[in-house]
Formats: sequence, structure tokens, C-alpha cells
Amino acid sequence: MAIFISRKLKTMLKIKNINTYYGQVHALKNVSLHLTEGEIVTLIGANGAGKTTLLNSLSGIVPSRSGQILFNDTPINDLYAHQIVKMGISQVPEGRQVFKPLSVEDNLELGAYLYNRKRADKTETKKTGEMVYGLFPILKERRKQLAGTLSGGELQMLSIGRALMARPKLLLLDEPSMGLAPMVAQEIFQVIGNLSREKKTTILLVEQNARAALKLANRGYVLETGRLILEGTAASLLENKEVQRAYLGKDKKEIWER
Amino acid sequence: MLGGMLTFFFLVIFGLPLAPSIILAILISTIVGITFERLAIRPLKNAKPIRLIIITIGASIFMRGAAMLIWGKDTHALPAFSGNDPLYIAQATILPQHLWIFAITILIIIASRLFFNHSIIGKAMRACAYNAQVASLVGIDVKIMVMLSFAVSAAIGSMAGIIIAPLTMTSYDVGIMLGLKGFCAVIIGGMSSGLGTVLGGLLLGLLEALGAGFISASYKDAIAFIILLLILFFRPEGLFKKKETERV
Ligand SMILES: Nc1ncnc2c1ncn2[C@@H]1O[C@H](COP(=O)(O)OP(=O)(O)OP(=O)(O)O)[C@@H](O)[C@H]1O
Ligand SMILES: [Mg+2]
Repeated sequence: MAIFISRKLKTMLKIKNINTYYGQVHALKNVSLHLTEGEIVTLIGANGAGKTTLLNSLSGIVPSRSGQILFNDTPINDLYAHQIVKMGISQVPEGRQVFKPLSVEDNLELGAYLYNRKRADKTETKKTGEMVYGLFPILKERRKQLAGTLSGGELQMLSIGRALMARPKLLLLDEPSMGLAPMVAQEIFQVIGNLSREKKTTILLVEQNARAALKLANRGYVLETGRLILEGTAASLLENKEVQRAYLGKDKKEIWER
Repeated sequence: MLGGMLTFFFLVIFGLPLAPSIILAILISTIVGITFERLAIRPLKNAKPIRLIIITIGASIFMRGAAMLIWGKDTHALPAFSGNDPLYIAQATILPQHLWIFAITILIIIASRLFFNHSIIGKAMRACAYNAQVASLVGIDVKIMVMLSFAVSAAIGSMAGIIIAPLTMTSYDVGIMLGLKGFCAVIIGGMSSGLGTVLGGLLLGLLEALGAGFISASYKDAIAFIILLLILFFRPEGLFKKKETERV
């Protein structure tokens, strides 16, 4: 007989009606979204839709001008970027931005910058380091090398590894597959899936590669010129005509076939 | 300037011994550095480097003026740290103060190497210098790092002023020529390499001395700047720096 343990899953992140501007440019318009603990949620949208802006508003890099962001029921709108990391939200920024003049090892050490004070934290950091090297064995081989000498795929692995060193509860990934060979991109997606399954890390995944992202995610949102225009389960979005036309390129194929 | 003058101030006016005077002078210079950062640099968010440089030059003119008002225009000599009797080493004469300068310089270079390459705070400062936004995304408080870098450079600068003061004397306006020559040495050596800078300084000193001997002593300073211009034109990455090999 099956026993069903019903555990009410908590809403981890709640974004309510935020508006973000760059000077006069209104980049996010009344955006609201939420993430439940343990979910993978993907955010898709064309270039310039505002995906990076949304992540940066969350991370405190480009604070929103109005609206509210609640993380585990605590408002985090007014926190500085480094305080938000402390709360448990880490971002893997777009474009594989690692600290190129520093070694791979130092990059990971800086990822755990929060934990440089207490002894107990340091042993935990060591374990996290081993975990990251386990996910990306190539980084262990390259650990003495300057980050600037890594290949594109290795840079992305380092960038993800560095974020994991902070032991985030919520991981924000900005186009992790951008510019990578399909095989490497697939490997990255696999790691993201594993993190969610094994570490129970909640993940917000921004992607242009909508098909791969929707296959991995539980739910998705579609952002268009600063506005959320669609949301739903990943399966329903994969079926959605609008999504298929604009982001999965189905129509194009049909036109070509005709 | 501040380091030398403050040391002189504590030493002569307050009659403190040399060591505490030096420590107090470094401490106060560091506080001045931090205050400058808080009052003049931090309020300008996202300012372009050129503006910060102009503000820094302005502040240094202001501080020279203040020092002149407080301490007057006289030139003061600090006593050498351990006497003025020259040492004879293999037929060369050298002042003990030269050895102090040499030893302390080496010490500062080693200490800064250790700090920037092996301590987490030093690495965090390098990360901020490389990309402040991403540094904040790993939880580094960039503002604190900027403040710290001002503190460190003020401390080292005042230290430098103090150790050379017994040789060059100190007054409200020392430091400009030294600063410019130091800049030449950095450019010659290639930025961001402590040893390169020292070698650059050594080379600069030699060329100056040779030029002064062969051409005319009055061109001594001009030679330094001609070398600076030549380097900037033909080898802007410095003489000792390997060309960056960076993949994008
Ligand atoms: N620093 C900035 N200053 C001014 N405008 C900006 C800035 N950064 C982004 N924008 C504008 O905000 C809008 C959203 O940009 P954003 O980078 O968030 O898009 P994106 O969805 O991440 O695009 P991509 O897929 O190309 O990364 C764009 O119109 C862009 O021009
Ligand atoms: Mg983007």
C-alpha cells in the first residue's frame, strides 16, 4: 500500500509587480512571478526582452523602482547585491564572467567568500569544493590554471561552480548554454537537472534555447519587451502555438516544407 | 608628504620617539586616505576614471595647501633611522638609510604579493578590480574593498614618504616629482608587477644618472619623461611584461 506523504511546498520567491528602469528605459513592466521550493522554472524571451534585467533586479544589481520581491517571506528589494547572496540567492551571470586573472581554484574560493570567517564554515566549504570538482572533473585538472585560459565550456562550468560554492538555496542561471557546442550545452543542462534532483536547489533558468529549457523545467514564463505574456507548465508551453511559432521555430519548418 | 611631515610633527613637536611617531604618522595618513574615499570618491557612483583622477589631483593640491598653512613652508629633515655614518661595502659607500629603504621596499613588495595572491581579502580586491559587478554577485562588499584599497595605498604611500624623508628632506610639497618618477617606473616596468616596477625604477635611475653624466645634469628630469614617452609610444605594456595571452 502506498503511503502518500503530503507536504505543502513553500513558495520560495515571490515577485510582485516590479518595475525596473535604466534611466528612461522602462525595462521591466509590472512583472510578477513566483518559484516554489525545489522547482526548475525557465524564463524565455527574445534578445532584449528583459531576462537579464529581471535576474539583476533579483540580485540587487539593478534594483527595481517599484513592486516587491519576497524571498522566503522576507522583502529583499532594498538589499545590496552582496547581502542577497548571503540570503541564499546566487546568480550565474550571462557571458561566463569569471575572474580571468585569477586561478580556477581562487575563483571557486571567492565563490565561498561568504564563508571565510568561521572554522565550521570552512570545512563545509571544502566539502562543497569537492562536490563542484565532482560535477566538473575538468576543473580539478585545471585548478592551478588562470581562469582566462579556459575554453568556453570550462568557463561556464567554472562560473556555475563558483555560484554553487556559496551554497545557494536559489540559483539564477543566465543563458548558460549560450555559445556552447551542443554536446557541452547538453552536459551543462544535465548538471542543472542533477542539482535540482540531488541538491534540491531551486532554479530559475533564463534561456534562448527554449526547447531544451522547457524539457528540463517544471514551469516556464515568457517575457516579451519587459512584460510577462505567458506562463504555465513546461508541457503546456511546449504545446502552445504562440511559443512554438516564436521560440521553437515550428512554423518556420512548416513554411519551408510547404 | 603627509607621512614625512606627520612623522616630523610627532617627533619634534611632541617629542615622541621615532618608532611611535612613524606608526602614528602611517595611521593618520591611512585615516586621511579613507576619509578622502568616503567624502570625495564614494559619493560619485559610476564615475569615469578620468574624473576620479582629476578629483584625486585636486584633493592632493588641497592637502598640500592645508599642510602649508599648518606647518609652514620650511623644509624639514627627518633624522636617519640609524645614524648617518656611511658604511663601506666592497669599496662602495652607502648610507644606512639606503639599506633601510631597500629593506623596507623589499618587505612591502613581499607583503603585498602575499596579500594579493594568498589572502582571501587580497583576492577579493583583485576580483573587484577585474569586475566589480560580478564580485558583488559572489557576496563581496565592493564598497568595503574600495575603502580598503584606499587605506592600503595611503599606508604604503606614507611609509614611502617616511623612509625617504631623511635623504630628500620633507616639506609641504615633496611628493609631486617623486610621484611622477614613480609613475615612470611603473610604466617602464609594466603595470601590475611589483618586481617589474622595481626594475623599472632601477633602470630609470641608471639612465638618469648616465644622462646627467654624459649630457647635462640639468636634463636629469627631462630624461625620465622622455623615456616615459618613448615607452608609452613603443611598448605601452612595459618592458618586462609578457604580452597578455587571453582567450575570450
Ligand atoms: N545598462 C543598460 N542601460 C540601458 N539600457 C539597458 C541596459 N541594459 C539593458 N538595457 C535595455 O533593457 C532591455 C532589456 O535588456 P536585457 O539585457 O535585460 O535583455 P535580455 O532579455 O537579457 O536580452 P539577451 O537575450 O540579449 O541577453 C533592452 O532593451 C536593453 O537595451
Ligand atoms: Mg540577457
